[in-house]
Amino acid sequence: MAPKLPIYMDNHATTPVDPRVVEAMLPFFTERFGNAASRNHSFGWTAEEAVENARAQIARLINATPKEIIFTSGATESDNLAIKGVAEMYREKGNHIITQATEHKAVLDTCKRLEKYGFEVTYLPVERDGRVNLEDLERAITPKTILITIMYANNEIGVIQPVAEIGKIAQKHGVLFHTDGVQAVGKVPVDVQRDGIHLLSISGHKIYGPKGVGALYVRRKNPRVQVAATIDGGGHERGMRSGTLNVPGIVGLGKACELCQEEMPTESVRMAALRDRLQRAIMGSLDEVYVNGSLDHRLPNNLNISFAYVEGESLLMGINDVAVSSGSACTSATLEPSYVLKALGVGEDLAHTSIRFGLGRFNTEEEVDYVAQRVVETVKRLRELSPLYDLAKEGVDLSKMSWKTD
Amino acid sequence: MAYSDKVIDHYNNPRNVGSMPKDDPKVGTGMVGAPECGDVMRLQIRVNPETQVIEDAKFKTFGCGSAIASSSLATEWVKGRTVEDALHIKNTDIVRELSLPPVKIHCSVLAEDAIKAAIGDWKRKQGADEAQASAATASAKE
Ligand SMILES: Cc1ncc(COP(=O)(O)O)c(C=O)c1O
Ligand code: FES
Repeated sequence: MAPKLPIYMDNHATTPVDPRVVEAMLPFFTERFGNAASRNHSFGWTAEEAVENARAQIARLINATPKEIIFTSGATESDNLAIKGVAEMYREKGNHIITQATEHKAVLDTCKRLEKYGFEVTYLPVERDGRVNLEDLERAITPKTILITIMYANNEIGVIQPVAEIGKIAQKHGVLFHTDGVQAVGKVPVDVQRDGIHLLSISGHKIYGPKGVGALYVRRKNPRVQVAATIDGGGHERGMRSGTLNVPGIVGLGKACELCQEEMPTESVRMAALRDRLQRAIMGSLDEVYVNGSLDHRLPNNLNISFAYVEGESLLMGINDVAVSSGSACTSATLEPSYVLKALGVGEDLAHTSIRFGLGRFNTEEEVDYVAQRVVETVKRLRELSPLYDLAKEGVDLSKMSWKTD
Repeated sequence: MAYSDKVIDHYNNPRNVGSMPKDDPKVGTGMVGAPECGDVMRLQIRVNPETQVIEDAKFKTFGCGSAIASSSLATEWVKGRTVEDALHIKNTDIVRELSLPPVKIHCSVLAEDAIKAAIGDWKRKQGADEAQASAATASAKE
């Protein structure tokens, strides 16, 4: 059966909202439009009840308690609030923060800004498989360290960090541990108790919920964590995040978490099967293709492959009825290839040839087969066009050639 | 990014893809760019020694769609021109013809460089030939 085109396979960028989530949200735009902070009438109470229900749904998914969930406008804000909020609140204790090279910009650029204000940040390198070295991490801790912020799973390569071990190290040294859980929550089991997490960022639109809503988990016990607000105002969310609550969005985020929790056992198996099918179909038909990042510690829905000798943007152009993304410089505004792949030690030549496939709830086997076939035929065609493929076939070592770069 | 129809056409039906023997004295080869930069173009020309006319051109390109289109167009444009005339092809002409957006201008620059490099290579070979030839007899030309 021919799949319906175009095919969306870029679910690390965003996901479609699940129809069940839309359905749950709709009444909160119209008849249940109340302000959750209105204490004097039923419109307010109805909204507040819906918000508290969502808080509980989110808490259940990550094994937290509802009071530990703070609503935000998305994970960018959650990351900012966690890092800046801890930096301000624990300034007396120290000014050192530890993070790592493959974080999302929401974390890296927040850390960079703090450096301007006198904080010191250690950007740990990662191993070839994309994971941090735990000994490096422990060695980086100083008496001035107040926060470790290391993501749960990476948005480009899907690599899952040794989060529970990081949590233990943080606890041992009395340092707070924040993790950007955007790509992991709802896809793999995340448990703030088991993993020793103090702060966790969540985004709605990566888990089949709406855009513009997210949450920050802030631990209240063992230890009680405090963050200084970055947005001041009416004192909502126990003073940590002011602003009238986005009730429909919050209801959607809650419903999305509930669905992820219910479906994770079957969905994660199905994702892994589709991903493996895609990988087999591609790697079975092409030589010189390389998977970037660990295959053992990886989200079930991620595949990131470099197709040697074929520039990524030209490949995307050839599979224009399939939505995926590339780490190639030609697709980025900065004309720099992916800094994540660079951190793994992937050569820039191969970084330019990388494609990220992000599978999702609504992808089918037929779609996977179609995508694999399109990728294989396009790579073959473009290799016929590639002077590098010619040279490689002649046995020339490309890394030993001198290229005029000016 | 939205591509112009002409870029898409060259990408889907690239003209003059292929290679020529690079040791052939009538062939000039230009290879520009670098794999680390995400773009490498190889453009080759075959020149008629009597008329100085470029009778054939071939290319292979590793790069984005605009880079492929720029080099494909370059092969079309150099064919039938004299070597001196081909040196007048400017990257801005390529930008205009293919409606390249500003971020893709460097792809057209690369194509211009590839033309110049191929012609330079051919000229070097002629120089070497002439040196050899004049060592034996007097050079036929000038
Ligand atoms: C790992 C990671 N962190 C943070 C974000 C930002 O999330 P949001 O779009 O909700 O601000 C994203 C999404 O791009 C992400 O993938
Ligand atoms: S080759 Fe990189 S933008 Fe064209």
